[in-house]
Amino acid sequence: MYQAILFLPLVGALFAATVGRLAGARAAEVVTTTLVLITALLSWLAFHQVAILGHEERIALLEFITSGDLKAVWSLRIDTLTAVMLVVVTTVSGLVHLYSIGYMEEDDGRPRFFAYLSLFTFAMLALVTADDFVQLFFGWEGVGLCSYLLIGFWYHKPSANAAAIKAFIVNRVGDFGFALGIFAVFTLFNSVQYDTVFASAPDRVGETMQFLAWRVDALTLICLLLFMGAMGKSAQFLLHTWLPDAMEGPTPVSALIHAATMVTAGVFMVARLSPLFELAPIALGFVAIVGATTAFFAATVGLVQTDIKRVVAYSTCSQLGYMFAAEGVGAYSAGMFHLFTHASFKALLFLGAGAVIHALHHEQDLRRMGALRKVLPFTWATMLIGTLSLTGFPFTSGFVSKDAIIEATYAAHSWVGNYAFVLTLFAAVLTSFYSWRLMFLAFEGRPREPKEVLAHAHEPPWTMGAPLIVLAIGSLLMGGLFFHLFIGSGQAEFWRGSLVTHGEAHHEVPLWVMLAPTAAVALGLAVAWYFYLTNPLIPFGLAKRFRGAHQFLLNAWYFDALYDWLFVRPAKRLGRFLWKIGDNTIIDGIGPDGVAARVIDITNRVVKLQTGYIYHYAFIMLIGVALIITYFLFASGGLKP
Amino acid sequence: MTVGLSHYLTVAAILFTLGIFGIFLNRKNVIVILMSIELMLLAVNINLVAFSAFHGDLVGQIFAMIVLTVAAAEAAIGLAIVVVTFRNRGTIDVAEIDLLKG
Repeated sequence: MYQAILFLPLVGALFAATVGRLAGARAAEVVTTTLVLITALLSWLAFHQVAILGHEERIALLEFITSGDLKAVWSLRIDTLTAVMLVVVTTVSGLVHLYSIGYMEEDDGRPRFFAYLSLFTFAMLALVTADDFVQLFFGWEGVGLCSYLLIGFWYHKPSANAAAIKAFIVNRVGDFGFALGIFAVFTLFNSVQYDTVFASAPDRVGETMQFLAWRVDALTLICLLLFMGAMGKSAQFLLHTWLPDAMEGPTPVSALIHAATMVTAGVFMVARLSPLFELAPIALGFVAIVGATTAFFAATVGLVQTDIKRVVAYSTCSQLGYMFAAEGVGAYSAGMFHLFTHASFKALLFLGAGAVIHALHHEQDLRRMGALRKVLPFTWATMLIGTLSLTGFPFTSGFVSKDAIIEATYAAHSWVGNYAFVLTLFAAVLTSFYSWRLMFLAFEGRPREPKEVLAHAHEPPWTMGAPLIVLAIGSLLMGGLFFHLFIGSGQAEFWRGSLVTHGEAHHEVPLWVMLAPTAAVALGLAVAWYFYLTNPLIPFGLAKRFRGAHQFLLNAWYFDALYDWLFVRPAKRLGRFLWKIGDNTIIDGIGPDGVAARVIDITNRVVKLQTGYIYHYAFIMLIGVALIITYFLFASGGLKP
Repeated sequence: MTVGLSHYLTVAAILFTLGIFGIFLNRKNVIVILMSIELMLLAVNINLVAFSAFHGDLVGQIFAMIVLTVAAAEAAIGLAIVVVTFRNRGTIDVAEIDLLKG
């Protein structure tokens, strides 16, 4: 069964990539979607088997690499953590496949699109079922590749190509640290197998390692390097710049890869390696600080964005920060739980945004939307549920998981925890504000879209509607259903050692901390209501008065400009220098071009001998004959000189 | 003074040299080149006939006849080429026939 879960999407991808071209787009759609939906069904079975009944499994597939001490066996590690990820990945993937049938119906590249989607699913499953660092890295790079391919799916758009390259390169920066981390793991433990590493990790506390010029604590170094990979993949502060640009891809891709699954790989990785991170408190504190900073930073940027997808993208960034903040204070279960619920409500928001974009003929600008509630009541209802859940409205999924995170940061009772608590709580207010701002701008107020666009706006077809319904139900109920398993009384039997937390995670927190997130939601909602429903002129006035601050937020704290100045332009200058001077002038100039130029010079001179005049040729012939005769006369000894 | 072999050979050499100079000093006309070639062939013929008489061997004279035949054919073909060249290019000036120029 587990092999089927892993390989059915690959089969689908291969089918769509090869036969799909001949059999037509419809066949590719049906086959890939069916296979992934079957996988989703099997994953829920697996979830039941593993997480509820407790049948963990290790399945060895094949020997991957054997070289000296390095021994990488491709095997599937099926424990609760994996099962949770299996459910998230395959369910969202299945729904997104289904949704894409409707969303992409006018696109010519559908077989390619579905092949990429299924290939991504396979890579992601390989990542979450990994039993050693090598396979983790395989899945890690596989999802990165598919993300690149799907962001650049509309390759005729220069902006999509630029975004795809940006995503790939920023991820390379993170993966550089990630790869170094894996090397360090192998150097220290002489193995890349999780179990071996985890078993011997406690004995290695306090050991040091040479890193560049310093001797540093080995475990801290490893965890920081590995977390660098997570920062890239999960778009955390400093390496976040690629995620908003990744919205150039088709909306279902944003929902699947850049909201629900791939970007959570970093969160998953930290949870998976919790036995290591628990032994490196400095690294763990760093995780919490980066997470909380991201949560706050992305939320502030989300306040002023005008592209509907970018708002949701920054929100994703921010929610990923929440998960890291939770993990950083040792509440891995809360982080994973938020991952679980976030997958459903963020996918819902993206797919809902996709439905709006689809209805308005690819209009993404919030300033040209409005009053859509009457036109698209179904989409409005699902988006409303997604927004409620995202903001953490009481008793929705997001409420349960986000509250758990904020409480966990408070309960950590450390300065890192307090830092995370203040920032995440403040970010909750901002989250509520920008989410409701999106809702009010798109669905309320007066219509700002052209009349003919509004007249043609229509509710999505059933292939797009059904996933919205499923995700909406999930966004409402998932938190309540799984609360006691993930973070409640049943969590010890549920996780069973797949997450390691030293120190008791759950403390009693004062009442005001429990109520604070709800108050934050209410505050954000009230402000958004006042700004965008009661008095729509206020935002403009504020933007004008605090022009500097507005521009600062609109440009995402000028990180793109900073990186452009700091890295991109020097790199281009260096490239130009190497190209013009190094390659063109020196290598080509002395090498091929130089030789060719000399040959041309010589031939130009030789060619002048060819005058074209008959009498010259005749003269040369005669001289030649005379020379030959002279030679034979003397050489053969016919005449003695 | 008896006319000996060396006199014949001297005449032939003078004729041959004239032919050579006719070819590469000529700046005007292709026909002059043809005539110069003819002159050189005749110089060779004089050599052949002179040696034939000197050795008392008739083969040399027969060979001279063959050379004359070939020379006639060559002249015919050469003139034909000149005519065709004139038709195509409107000139038989050697300085202007330079299609082979590199």
